[in-house]
Amino acid sequence: MKDYRIYQHPILGKIPERKKITIYFNGKKLTAYEGETIASVLYANGIRRLRKTEKFNEPRGIFCAIGRCTDCVMTVDGIPDVRTCITPVRDGMKVEFQKGLGKWKKKNW
Amino acid sequence: MKELKIDASFYLNKSGYPSEGRVKKGPVAVIECIEDIPCNPCEAICPFGAIKVGFPITNLPELDEERCTGCGRCITACPGLAIFVLNYNFSEKEASLSIPYELLPFPEKGDTGICLDRDGKYVCNGKVVRVIPPEKNHMTGVVTFSFPKKYYNIVRSLKIKNGKEKNNM
Amino acid sequence: MEEKELVIIGGGPAGLSAAIEARKKGVDVLLLDENLRPGGQLFKQIHRFFGSREHMAGVRGFVIGERLLNEVKELGIDVWLNSVVYGLFKDNVIGVVKENKNIILKAKCIIVATGAIENPLSFHGWTLPGVMGAGACQTMININRVLPGKKVLMIGSGNVGLIVSYQLLQAGADVCGVIEIMPNIGGYLVHAAKIKRFGVPIYLSTTILEAEGKEEVEGAVICPVDNDFKPILRKRKEIDVDLICIAVGLTPLNELLYQAGCLFTYKPYLGGTVALHNADMETSVNGIYIAGDLSGIEEASTAMEEGKLAGLSVAERLNGKSYKGEKIDVLRRLNDFRIGTFGEKRRISKEEIIKEYYERVKD
Repeated sequence: MKDYRIYQHPILGKIPERKKITIYFNGKKLTAYEGETIASVLYANGIRRLRKTEKFNEPRGIFCAIGRCTDCVMTVDGIPDVRTCITPVRDGMKVEFQKGLGKWKKKNW
Repeated sequence: MKELKIDASFYLNKSGYPSEGRVKKGPVAVIECIEDIPCNPCEAICPFGAIKVGFPITNLPELDEERCTGCGRCITACPGLAIFVLNYNFSEKEASLSIPYELLPFPEKGDTGICLDRDGKYVCNGKVVRVIPPEKNHMTGVVTFSFPKKYYNIVRSLKIKNGKEKNNM
Repeated sequence: MEEKELVIIGGGPAGLSAAIEARKKGVDVLLLDENLRPGGQLFKQIHRFFGSREHMAGVRGFVIGERLLNEVKELGIDVWLNSVVYGLFKDNVIGVVKENKNIILKAKCIIVATGAIENPLSFHGWTLPGVMGAGACQTMININRVLPGKKVLMIGSGNVGLIVSYQLLQAGADVCGVIEIMPNIGGYLVHAAKIKRFGVPIYLSTTILEAEGKEEVEGAVICPVDNDFKPILRKRKEIDVDLICIAVGLTPLNELLYQAGCLFTYKPYLGGTVALHNADMETSVNGIYIAGDLSGIEEASTAMEEGKLAGLSVAERLNGKSYKGEKIDVLRRLNDFRIGTFGEKRRISKEEIIKEYYERVKD
């Protein structure tokens, strides 16, 4: 599996030590580290297609990466439209593609 | 395709560039900064008062070539990485240039490489003769490398050829 | 409804500086930020800042960020993270969602410092994964430590485009080229020199026609333009890239100010539509102040000074005192930045904004 993480950096030094956890992307197990955002984990694994558009089924990925444009939204643990570029991962988290605005898989209250 | 091209003519007659006479005397700073950006850490760092900016701080830096000893402290002080130290008399046949370096892998003494001009084009071969590790100056290292004297106004960068590949991943 | 003295919306360099300055003058400050950690765009600035010693020249952006955060902590400033301000209502009422809970606040004074967003550029294929803002790429490589691609095309040769290109080299990527539609680069020559020295070409009078790829970026078609900016199609070139960064400017995030009914003007040298403000950084709505990129796209250094100015102005108002001396110092440092070829235009635009404020805003 590809790994696009930057382990050594001339200014920032070595990548910080963090606890290894697991998340699931469309059912597939991925290695993540505590503190990473969902989109970072996916991009680190070479996964850049995050969702499909409603009408034409076009792939979308991150665009602004700071939680402003909502291009990166995915369905997380059953809740749609979660901004993956600013949401941190949790052990066992289930992340899925969504089409358009997605569907609520469970109630959040 | 129309490209931006940078060469010595941009800098040669500006106040930060040493005269040919001074260059041939020994180590000296070469400041390639020609735009009126408000900035003066070079003036602040020089222990010999050899760089003058004054007020307003958009003034171009002026090099006092008599005061400059080529100590090199200014190399890592410049946010634009626009200052080098040239030693025309490194050896009988070679000059040396000290450049700020912020990439990985960080070169080591003895590394050989290709010397590039301001457009990143190959000029000649070169050898690393001295390094100051990045940790010494807030992660900006200094690499000194030697090359044939005649390229002293042209060579401004080095690409290491032997040894390690990019090891960021 | 909770009542506060000063609420600051946005914890970037402007918001943090405003909070520090106001708190030092004894004002009760609540700082709101929607992220997990404040600092705005400061922490991804891994390059050394320009300026004078007073401006912390030579210091890297993230180091300045850490200093600001430490000062906020030492002063015991109340900070709510993960808090999204969704509404700025009449009489300085603020609607905020904090960790899934809705909270309504009322403040005597508000400083809005929400910063800016990168401009999009539409071209065929621009929605493909692998096309993103240059700032977005910078966040990925410097904050998240992930390379969103290996072979990069940078669109735009302003300082953001040039600096991020250099940082991509530092992150281990291969920058295949920077393209600029104008006949000259937009940013500093020293930033261009840094990347050219390592072999990155900068193509002038060149545009992008298309991002190629089925499901993600696999290539791009770039093309020189004529004097009317029309592509000279027969000279187009296909390049092999997997990441395309767009660096074509920033626009202030004005949403909350629109809601509050602030008056605006248009200043191209400051990023477009900006709210009117006076010399104290107060907008046309009583009690609402602005600072940082929201009040005009400049730099982190000016954002910090404007934050201080807003913080001091609010403190003057709430304490019934004058801090004229300190404000003059801040204005002096601000003006030090707004000189020269690059700064002069911004200084004039800022002066025009203040002048227009006094013409259009009735007391």
